[in-house]
Amino acid sequence: MTEQAMEPGTNTTARSVLKIDGLVAGYGGGDVLRGVSLEVAEGGITCVVGPNGAGKSTLMATISGLLRPRLGSMMLDGQDLTGRSPRQILRLGVVQVPQNHSLFRDMTVRENVELGAYILSDRALTARRLAAVYDVFPQIAGWAGQKAGSLSGGQQRLVEFARALMLEPRLLLLDEPSMGLAPKILRTVFDAIRQMNAAGTTLLLVEQNARAGLRLSTHGVVMENGRVRLSGTGREVLENPEIGALYLGGAVSSG
Amino acid sequence: MSVLLRTEGVYKSYGGVQALDACTIQIDEGTVAGLIGPNGSGKTTLFNVITGYAKADAGEVYLSDRKITNSAPDKVFASGIGRTFQLTRIFPSLTVMENMLVPCRGTRAADRKRAMEQLEFVGIAGYHAALAGTLSYGQRKLLELAYVLVADPAIILLDEPAGGVNLSLVNNIADRIRELNAAGKTFLIVEHNMEFVMGLCDQVTVLDSGTVVAAGPPDIVRTDRRVLDAYLGEDIEDTDEDPDPAEGT
Repeated sequence: MTEQAMEPGTNTTARSVLKIDGLVAGYGGGDVLRGVSLEVAEGGITCVVGPNGAGKSTLMATISGLLRPRLGSMMLDGQDLTGRSPRQILRLGVVQVPQNHSLFRDMTVRENVELGAYILSDRALTARRLAAVYDVFPQIAGWAGQKAGSLSGGQQRLVEFARALMLEPRLLLLDEPSMGLAPKILRTVFDAIRQMNAAGTTLLLVEQNARAGLRLSTHGVVMENGRVRLSGTGREVLENPEIGALYLGGAVSSG
Repeated sequence: MSVLLRTEGVYKSYGGVQALDACTIQIDEGTVAGLIGPNGSGKTTLFNVITGYAKADAGEVYLSDRKITNSAPDKVFASGIGRTFQLTRIFPSLTVMENMLVPCRGTRAADRKRAMEQLEFVGIAGYHAALAGTLSYGQRKLLELAYVLVADPAIILLDEPAGGVNLSLVNNIADRIRELNAAGKTFLIVEHNMEFVMGLCDQVTVLDSGTVVAAGPPDIVRTDRRVLDAYLGEDIEDTDEDPDPAEGT
């Protein structure tokens, strides 16, 4: 096992919420993940970047149980997620915000957010959680009565985040939060990710905008062709000249 | 070397998205040219505009100095531009041979013979009587290539020929392209597999946000700062340490 992920970045004593070791997974006859090992530090933001086809979204689908791994292990606080259903993994506290817009457009913002707690079936608890979520995202309280479909793309993202927080996730997975958003709005969405992290949420995100994603994150991982090729603190990975070669092939000059 | 295909200041928007923004490229006759760029940079849109599947809002497309802007797809095909699609467009319930005969509407023995030669060339002649829907993904890509070759186009546009294809078939596809190129065919290839592109292409054009940011031989392009910027994304933090920008007072 590599200890590269345990960098003296923000918190040397941080323990890992999730430990993935030798994960192999894929669709049909081929493997997309070919032995992925990484750790997600408690209280941090870990960002996975990499060129198209590296396996980033497949990694997310495997962690959340939508795709069964063929080999390897995924330990959440010492419990093996391997072979569990998406619902079981959700109950263990791993919540994923998918890549594409996933709100019910004709329902209100509040209804959408409350749906995040549907597996709780406890009205009082749901109400307390909703209040806590509004504390993290006060702006969403102001939109509560609006139809979700009337919000902008960036606002919808925030509502999706809020919905995910309703379960007080042990680990929040974000699959390409910047997808389809203009750079200006991206900034708002990234600020929202910081807000969630500041409120104590551990995050693992996949991001196509590598620079922005790594800058945001305490830890960075570069995947390429189904494997982890670089890891370290977000800044270390961001400043590693090898990252260019992983995207474009061959050696990259620093000039 | 003469220019075979070029676009001049092509614009195309979908809704609020400017997919192509003054896009100007040129492909020399006899080259294997690559077209790369991050997701959403406009590669497939440019293919669609060139081949008549999408109408340009402005700008021109020329094939050997003949203006073909916004011609219908069948006219573009007949004028000498063949293309394949990212997600293969074959007829799954026709046999492989029947698929081959669709473009020439042919039932003549000569058409069959020519079709069989192309299937042999790409290495799937053994499946000529099988339903195309039973082919693997990589084999479908080969069928599409064979199908395009029947029309003997001057230039072939390939949209992700290596995408989702296993390594030995990827190598087979690369070898076929090299052979055809040696025999004089020109190629323009969109592909995310960088090893494939950089190993195969003479010239690479890089798109970002619908605009050409670099063009040249692979070794020059992949060390170009603008190309790296396109792939790694824009750093959204303007200043170094300013996560909380003060609003106007």
